[in-house]
Amino acid sequence: MKSLRNLLDKMKPTFSEGGKLSKLGSVFEGFETFLFVPHTTSKSGTHIHDCVDSKRTMFWVVLALIPALLFGMFNTGYQHYLAIGVDAGFFQTFFWGCLAVLPYVIVSYLVGLGIEFIAAQIKGEEIQEGFLVSGMIIPLILPIGVPLWMVAVATAFSVIFVKEIFGGTGFNVLNVALSTRVFLFFSYPTKMSGDSVWVSLKDYFGFGQAQVTINGFTGATPLGQAVVQASSDSLALTNVVGEPLTFWQMFLGLMPGSIGETSVLAIMLGGLFLIFTGVASWKIVVSVFAGGAFMATIFNIFAVDAYQAMPFWEHWCLGGFAFGAFFMATDPVTAARTECGKWIYGFFVGLLAILFRVFNPAYPEGMMLSILLMNLFAKVIDYYVIQSNINKRAKRAMVKSAK
Amino acid sequence: MAKVINIKKGLTIKLDGAAAKEKCSASYTSLYAVTPTDFHGLTPKVVVKEGDRVLAGSPVIIDKMFPEIQFVAPVSGVVKSVVRGEKRKLLHVIIEADLACEYLQLPTGNPLEMEASEVKSAIQTAGLWPCLKRRPYDVVANPDAKPKAIYVKGFDTAPLAPDYAFVLKGQASDIQTALNALTKLTEGKVYLTLPAKGAATELAAAQNVEKVIMNGPHPASNVSVAINHIDPINKGEVVWTINALDLPFIGRLFNKGIVDLTRLVALTGPEVCQPAYYSCKPGIAMSALLEGNVHKEIPLRYVSGNALCGSRVEMDGFLGFYDSQVTVLHEGTDVDEMLGWVMPRFDRFSSNKTYTTPLLQKFFPTMSFKADTRVLGGERALIMSGEYDKVFPMDILPERLIRACLVKDLEDMEALGIYEVAPEDFALCEYICTSKIELQKTVREALDLLKAENGDE
Repeated sequence: MKSLRNLLDKMKPTFSEGGKLSKLGSVFEGFETFLFVPHTTSKSGTHIHDCVDSKRTMFWVVLALIPALLFGMFNTGYQHYLAIGVDAGFFQTFFWGCLAVLPYVIVSYLVGLGIEFIAAQIKGEEIQEGFLVSGMIIPLILPIGVPLWMVAVATAFSVIFVKEIFGGTGFNVLNVALSTRVFLFFSYPTKMSGDSVWVSLKDYFGFGQAQVTINGFTGATPLGQAVVQASSDSLALTNVVGEPLTFWQMFLGLMPGSIGETSVLAIMLGGLFLIFTGVASWKIVVSVFAGGAFMATIFNIFAVDAYQAMPFWEHWCLGGFAFGAFFMATDPVTAARTECGKWIYGFFVGLLAILFRVFNPAYPEGMMLSILLMNLFAKVIDYYVIQSNINKRAKRAMVKSAK
Repeated sequence: MAKVINIKKGLTIKLDGAAAKEKCSASYTSLYAVTPTDFHGLTPKVVVKEGDRVLAGSPVIIDKMFPEIQFVAPVSGVVKSVVRGEKRKLLHVIIEADLACEYLQLPTGNPLEMEASEVKSAIQTAGLWPCLKRRPYDVVANPDAKPKAIYVKGFDTAPLAPDYAFVLKGQASDIQTALNALTKLTEGKVYLTLPAKGAATELAAAQNVEKVIMNGPHPASNVSVAINHIDPINKGEVVWTINALDLPFIGRLFNKGIVDLTRLVALTGPEVCQPAYYSCKPGIAMSALLEGNVHKEIPLRYVSGNALCGSRVEMDGFLGFYDSQVTVLHEGTDVDEMLGWVMPRFDRFSSNKTYTTPLLQKFFPTMSFKADTRVLGGERALIMSGEYDKVFPMDILPERLIRACLVKDLEDMEALGIYEVAPEDFALCEYICTSKIELQKTVREALDLLKAENGDE
């Protein structure tokens, strides 16, 4: 530890202003504050500070995403081997999934953090940690079939145009990870939806194979199937090899879908951890689920087709609903910031997600659109909450002066 | 039956180094100072020269705006020097004290039988007017204003704060006299805030005041919280506040005719060898309180006041006028903490549930923790939402108000309730802020700006 500290101290002048590598000053500072708690002490106001900082907060979200990531890796392998009809065993399945998923994580972090480092240097500020979370969420909300270069382009787009242009972490209006996804969704629709992008068929160093070899294979997600089957009497959702899908399978998540979004169990594990540690707002999570249940129940009551008759607990488990509720609707920067506003914001996120999903077959992924839409409205909701506080105060003064 | 106000939001910070309930006397010092920077917004004018002889109670500084507001010598002696800083800013008037304090004799009287104007001028002449502060702006009260109420802070929930029951013991008659004097200064009521448990008996037995019990964690003792719950300040209204620890000064003035500023000061903090109460007067040289009683082998920060909103002083500095507490903290500049942001930090206090403190406190409610003055993170934009709300028990949206203050939007500040707050109300928000934003400074600047814009003196 001491020698590392000394090494950093020795390197510092090179990266400080006037040093040879001063252009990398922000990067150096980023690594230094990562390794050692900075010595800055409070200059004004309180003399003591809580130990929590934004590094820790962001890292806790990344920790909470790990179960979904690990399960996503396993599920990617599982779907693959299911499609090719091979029983590969747990470790090989997971290993294959790792090979398939890791490149997405790496590309997302490399591109995003690269841009963040440059932006920090241009602005002469410390590197902000916000992308640590976005960079982990991006791979988890993508289908496994999307080419890596597209991910790179989309990540660059949203980090620059959705975040940095507005001023960086804390100032963005839209959720960065979802903006990446929406960019891909509308720019490269064939790689983001349909029946062929959810199960990866590739051969990595001799593991796996690129050909479907079993009969009755369908690569459609349960929601994709629901849209097709809407006009039939009842939904018969299946997994990739045509076996019927039970509720518990949906909950567990062994079905095709975006990499980290399928398993409600894994998502809940991380999500409840976030709620318990107070990093994510439980109000938003609860109200998202409530809003979804409310809308689904309304549909159930007036159902005219099989899709509308789908019960809310299945809606909760399918698509990106649970993932969105725990990890993206709760993004404090883009969600409503007032406590009362959070209830309203969350409720409408859930409500609109089901509405989009059921009414518009072209967008089975209603969660993405509903969160982005509510991101735009979050400030409006806050405005009215704040206004009511202002009005109360103004009224109080009026009453007083009338006396 | 006193009104009870229950407060849920807040945070009681438990630090090592609570003062033991024993009285010690400060080691002898000949140096005392009157420090105008203790009084925010004051334009001081020195009325003594070096070498002048002063008695305890003789004016040393007056306010240029309101010459009737005087600041007096706490001890008798000779003016040693007038210390000025940059741009000739007056920093201290240092007085070399006599061995035995000689008091300026002032008339005694029963405030209940006096006219309001007599009470006022008696307090002003004795230099005790600065004990009264005003809302809005949290500055020394304007003598011409007509406050709608006066709030007396009757306890303190700040970290390691002095115990009022211990400090005020045996001063019942002085306290009652002072409260009687306060009732003369307002046409409204005099409110006295008390804790739910462990209130000073001298205060609990007080007459002629409206008692309010504030039950809850810090900042329950902040007068702003009481004001906000009882009768919030609207634009154009004025409320005065006073700390109950200053009441004995006013009481002694009317009862004995002298300005005796002797008080018990709690010497607290993790780096004090023997934290206890010391009998001394405001303006005393810090070295008299601290020398030999602190862990000097590490860099230290001396705070006159509590760790949340006290002011930083050096060893050669002086105790602040309003302060009944000194906190000594580890500066922390010598600590190399590797990967600190991800560590469990079992021995540190945190309100954040990513640390174990909240859990530990549930099982060991009396546990106290270490602290140093490091910010422990970089300054960021506001990211987490709803953090401030958790420790801000008033009907005000703190985050919104801070944003208005940061962009200096006067209209928004007014609409969001800036007149109801003092910088100290944001101390806890500042403490827990993940983005490490300097909130008290922001609020202070906003209040100053507003005061200037409104032309309020």
